[in-house]
Amino acid sequence: MSVSVQRGDFDPGRELESLLEGRRDIGGVVSFVGLVRDFSEGSGVGALTLEHYPGMTEKALEKIEREAHDRFDIDATRIVHRHGRMEPGERIVLVIAASSHRGEAFRACEFLIDWLKTKAPFWKSEETPEGARWVEARGSDENATRRWDDEG
Amino acid sequence: MKLLYFAWVRERTGIHEEDYDLPDGVATVADLVEHLRGRGDGFARAFADTGQIRAAVNQETAGPGDAVAQGDEVAFFPPMTGGRA
Repeated sequence: MSVSVQRGDFDPGRELESLLEGRRDIGGVVSFVGLVRDFSEGSGVGALTLEHYPGMTEKALEKIEREAHDRFDIDATRIVHRHGRMEPGERIVLVIAASSHRGEAFRACEFLIDWLKTKAPFWKSEETPEGARWVEARGSDENATRRWDDEG
Repeated sequence: MKLLYFAWVRERTGIHEEDYDLPDGVATVADLVEHLRGRGDGFARAFADTGQIRAAVNQETAGPGDAVAQGDEVAFFPPMTGGRA
């Protein structure tokens, strides 16, 4: 289990290798990479800035990671989340879940990213032709999180 | 106590972080919101719609009824919107 919150970019391949180094018990690894899109809600997006709550962010991500380990039969996880200003095409977030069996790795990876969206203290501001705007929380993200509560 | 504001709550209050004396009669997050709302236009706008305000006490998510005390770190912010893709 490990979590990084950082300004700079990350290398998904290197993160994957380092998570699996020396392991012989892993049968499957699932990773998710979130990217900056150049559109949102009908507007072009030139860039976005992610603000976060240093200290609480790390704690929240570690809690989400522990929750995933409680719920799924997984053997290793890694979360890397960037903050600051990013342009379309840039990587924002990486989630990796590794398990002896692929099914648990798939489910844990999806759980991690769903929970991260609504339970980690990040706020997104988009630069659009109409000016900068704060992204509002979306019902679909909260629904995706609640789905896991129902299965809980 | 330490008060922190993030995203548009920070923009409206005009403050990111401040040291603040726990006001008389403030025992909960909701009390504190009510008190802060009276601190001027920016604060009134920041806390106008409490349905859009989330809080954390000592870096743990907190609800309106949760206790606040002198020495606590209390943060106010909009619903979280990170990692959306």
